[in-house]
Amino acid sequence: MRVERKAAAVGLLLCAAAAAACRQEMYNQPRYKPLGRSDFFADNRQARPPVEGTVARGMLRADSRLYTGKEGNALVSVFPLPVTRALLDRGRQRYNIYCAPCHDRTGAGNGMVVQRGYRQPPSLHIDRLREQPVGHFFDVITNGLGAMPDYAAQIPVEDRWAIVAYVRALQLSQGARVGDVPPESRGELDRAKPTGEPSPASPEYPTLYKSAPIRGSGAGSVPGAQLDPGAPAGGVKAKPPK
Amino acid sequence: MQIFHRSTNTISRVSLFGAVFFIALLGWVFDSLQRSSYNTQQNVAREQPVQFSHAHHVGAIGIDCRYCHTSVEKAAFAGIPPTKTCMNCHSQIWAQSPYLEPVRESYRTDRSIEWTRVHDLPDFVYFDHSIHVNKGVGCETCHGRVDQMPLMWQASRLQMSWCLDCHRNTEKYLRPKDQVFTMGYVPAGDQLELGRKLQKEYGIRKVTVLESCSTCHR
Repeated sequence: MRVERKAAAVGLLLCAAAAAACRQEMYNQPRYKPLGRSDFFADNRQARPPVEGTVARGMLRADSRLYTGKEGNALVSVFPLPVTRALLDRGRQRYNIYCAPCHDRTGAGNGMVVQRGYRQPPSLHIDRLREQPVGHFFDVITNGLGAMPDYAAQIPVEDRWAIVAYVRALQLSQGARVGDVPPESRGELDRAKPTGEPSPASPEYPTLYKSAPIRGSGAGSVPGAQLDPGAPAGGVKAKPPK
Repeated sequence: MQIFHRSTNTISRVSLFGAVFFIALLGWVFDSLQRSSYNTQQNVAREQPVQFSHAHHVGAIGIDCRYCHTSVEKAAFAGIPPTKTCMNCHSQIWAQSPYLEPVRESYRTDRSIEWTRVHDLPDFVYFDHSIHVNKGVGCETCHGRVDQMPLMWQASRLQMSWCLDCHRNTEKYLRPKDQVFTMGYVPAGDQLELGRKLQKEYGIRKVTVLESCSTCHR
């Protein structure tokens, strides 16, 4: 009897020990995880920067036009990658994520963060900015300017160019005239009027600039913007973002 | 000779039947306990070194998830933002607030803020955010109404049966890709109909693949 009891007690203890141990061991395996804590490195970070003086494959970034928006010291005025409808759509999406908090979705500079006290950025539709080469916008996103922090860590290079392309489209949209709207879509403009719905074609921001002196009239004449024919001028048709 | 009293007949019967019920009861108690928030930490808000409020940043200001969780669309890990991302705004807004001193200190000293992890899957589970987000699984589907959480908590059980519920019935949860980051999404029309359409459109794998062991345990 005594022996049996002892055996049962030992068995129970073993079961309890096994149950307590197995869960944690398998749940938390001793390996590095993203942004995990390390007690080995002085900065307590498991994530390590690349060894100094090394370049990872595919990270040479030799094309200065693409990676800095500059050629020598001059800002590029031609997009270093083809501007397609897909790029513009991507640009709109990324602009609305990363830029709209301050610049707002139209580029006027009345975003929520500005409303909460951040220094207001200039409207993207002032003459000075409409006349800047595309490299300027890429450079500002990459390195920041004035109160604006840099977004190099948050936005990959191709996305930055997509945003620049979309900023150009936004700029065009704010200067668009009825003549720029394809005839088959003009009906939508008239329909929009009585309901009083704000649309970029009948802007809430009435006169950002007096006339619309964008060089030429079509999107294709913007320096460097090789817009395909189906590309929208920012949102003339007032479609919701996809 | 009669060794046992008559009543032992009854006692033995009762204990035989009783044992069955007792074991069933034990099983039920154990199952309820292991599903309970006591075990899963579901719905338990975690203390953090900074009282960061998703309700404020997402709900009130309307900042997109991807502004901070930059790698969610292309990596397994959604990404916890570096202190620099906080300072994008908080260099000017609430720049003197004592609440944000840990953030400023981290920025000055280049020491990481050590956040308390809220969603911690076991290490024997392979999970990749990007495939879910790119196939029409909304943030909200697993993380709940983050835009209403002052402090972060885990809205789901994160247990295997919970994972499998979706892997076996994706049509119940899929949403259009442009609604993945929307909070408070309501499907336009019938969810099952929409879900079946999206399954085809997004090329969702068959249930036999999605519920296979090696899909998540690799």
